[in-house]
Amino acid sequence: MSGFSITEPSRGQKWIAGLLVAGYALITILPLIWIVATGFKSSADSIAYPPKVFFSPTLEGYVNLFTTQTRQTQEFLAAHPPQTWYEEIVHARGLVIAGPSRFGERFMNSVIIGFGSTFLSVSLGTLAAYAFSRFKVPLKDDLLFFVLSTRMMPPIAVAIPIFLMFRALGLSDTHAGMILLYTAVNLSLAVWLLKGFIDEIPLEYEEAALIDGYTRFQAFYKVVLPQAATGIASTAIFCLIFAWNEYAFAVLLTSGTAQTAPPFIPTIIGVGGQDWPAVAAGATIFLLPVMIFTILLRKHLLRGITFGAVRK
Amino acid sequence: MAEIELSGIGKSFGDTVALDAVTLTVPDGAFMVLLGPTGAGKTTTLRIVAGLDRPDAGEVRIGGTAVTGMTPAQRNVAMVFQQYSLYPHMSVRENLAFPLKSPLLRTPPDRIARKVQEVAETLQIAHKLDNRATTLSGGEMQRVSIGRALVRNPAVYLMDEPLSSLDAKLRADLRIELKNIQAGSGATFLYVTHDQIEAMTMATHVGVLDRGRLVQIGSPREIYEDPVSLYAASRLGQPRINLLPADLFGERPPGARTIGLRPEQIHQGEGADSTVTRVEHLGDQTRLHLSFLGHDLITVTDAHTGLRPGDTVKIRPERPFFFDATGARVH
Repeated sequence: MSGFSITEPSRGQKWIAGLLVAGYALITILPLIWIVATGFKSSADSIAYPPKVFFSPTLEGYVNLFTTQTRQTQEFLAAHPPQTWYEEIVHARGLVIAGPSRFGERFMNSVIIGFGSTFLSVSLGTLAAYAFSRFKVPLKDDLLFFVLSTRMMPPIAVAIPIFLMFRALGLSDTHAGMILLYTAVNLSLAVWLLKGFIDEIPLEYEEAALIDGYTRFQAFYKVVLPQAATGIASTAIFCLIFAWNEYAFAVLLTSGTAQTAPPFIPTIIGVGGQDWPAVAAGATIFLLPVMIFTILLRKHLLRGITFGAVRK
Repeated sequence: MAEIELSGIGKSFGDTVALDAVTLTVPDGAFMVLLGPTGAGKTTTLRIVAGLDRPDAGEVRIGGTAVTGMTPAQRNVAMVFQQYSLYPHMSVRENLAFPLKSPLLRTPPDRIARKVQEVAETLQIAHKLDNRATTLSGGEMQRVSIGRALVRNPAVYLMDEPLSSLDAKLRADLRIELKNIQAGSGATFLYVTHDQIEAMTMATHVGVLDRGRLVQIGSPREIYEDPVSLYAASRLGQPRINLLPADLFGERPPGARTIGLRPEQIHQGEGADSTVTRVEHLGDQTRLHLSFLGHDLITVTDAHTGLRPGDTVKIRPERPFFFDATGARVH
């Protein structure tokens, strides 16, 4: 085929588009590569100037991340030879492992609070969005505006009242409290995003299901939900990213049992000097769940809007 | 199998009156076709019988039971939507099985498989059963949507222009098939169409709707041969009824404003002179366009006619319809 085509870009255009995308991808992925690489560097390599691109990788950072260590005398070290590969790494620096660090717990807190609040935001958001989309709700527009208005200021602007409320209700430093808080913040986004997706699903499908002998809720469950999968998946990712990365409230409202990973990771740096590889290792592990979650839901994100079997 | 009774049904959407005191009985086992142009209230009538819309006034009874407050599922009706409304996330097979799997019917899997296969073969879509609903052509989607109604054995079938996007041959096949299904099962059908051939060939009863009012009910022949108004007369007939000033052919009954002449009501060979303006050979018949005292008429003549444009044909009305200024029939 030659000549002008509205759908098929020319070779040159494809090259330019490819270069632009590759350039953008490189810029966005560089910090990520830098973090992952630093996690495998030795302490000395991590602060070397100019930065080392090629280095001999070590798991020192990861071992430091997951353990607490104490310095021991040469005699003690000689009397207790290392039993495992990670003890060996510590041993080489004249240290022994005293026990596990708190990173594991903090990471689990992030998982519980992040996924818990995402699940709640998306389930409540889907039901609310369906109601706003399908039913005659009195003052619907005002309610929707009110829902949105909770996002018109940065959430941290209400930090003090929330801090006081949490203290009064005994929610400070609890999983339930953090799940509740992140759900409250995410819900407005979830309702608005999902309402858009559900509005796109023609009413005819539900009517057909009602005629086919199903109740309203069954029609919602069997016909609307599968078609809203794309919207639900993308909303879930947005909610998870917010809850997962949230720092300010986590610093303010959690300190121990319910502390999430973001406020914990910076504290690693204080353990025995500036341990950048351990911080980078923590950040790397912290990145994984959102990445895996996004990759798992990628199919839904890319599939786009269902092309319906309704004649317009 | 049940009788449908509508009494005094009213329905408005905002300021628009969709249905105004519609009272209609569809007898058990009848094939009732609703005729009328877009906006006459045909689809609204179906939706009210189905339970998708709630009437502002009046009562719906199916099989003697008042169903006005019931959900569509409780009414046990099947409906074919004009927009197909196939579930896009399901295959054709799943679409057809969906009503059978409902809590209403809870059909055993082997019966579902058998019934789906049977209906798919009737509708000539058996080879597409495992396709996604979204990959079908318009005609195939429409057949699946008819199939979704036919797999069931409901109290009544409601169909909203189910054959409108099929090609001519398939439409003719399915017209006969639907009629056979209805006649064989004794099911009650309420059927909306624009197509007068469907109305004439399938209906046992025709209801003519005009802006939300039911103006005439009768057999297709009654509506055709004895319309109550100019409006009802215009619903049926191909070519359409000719409407001319009442006194064009001389005498007229008192009050008549318009004379209505169907092609067979124009007797050729006697009467006043008219001029042939156009001859359309359709194979089995020939349409003759005539000019008579400055008015255009269309009639039908012998398939092998030798008439040509410019020829003169004598015509006179034979048992014509007369309508008054409001369109009501006066003679």
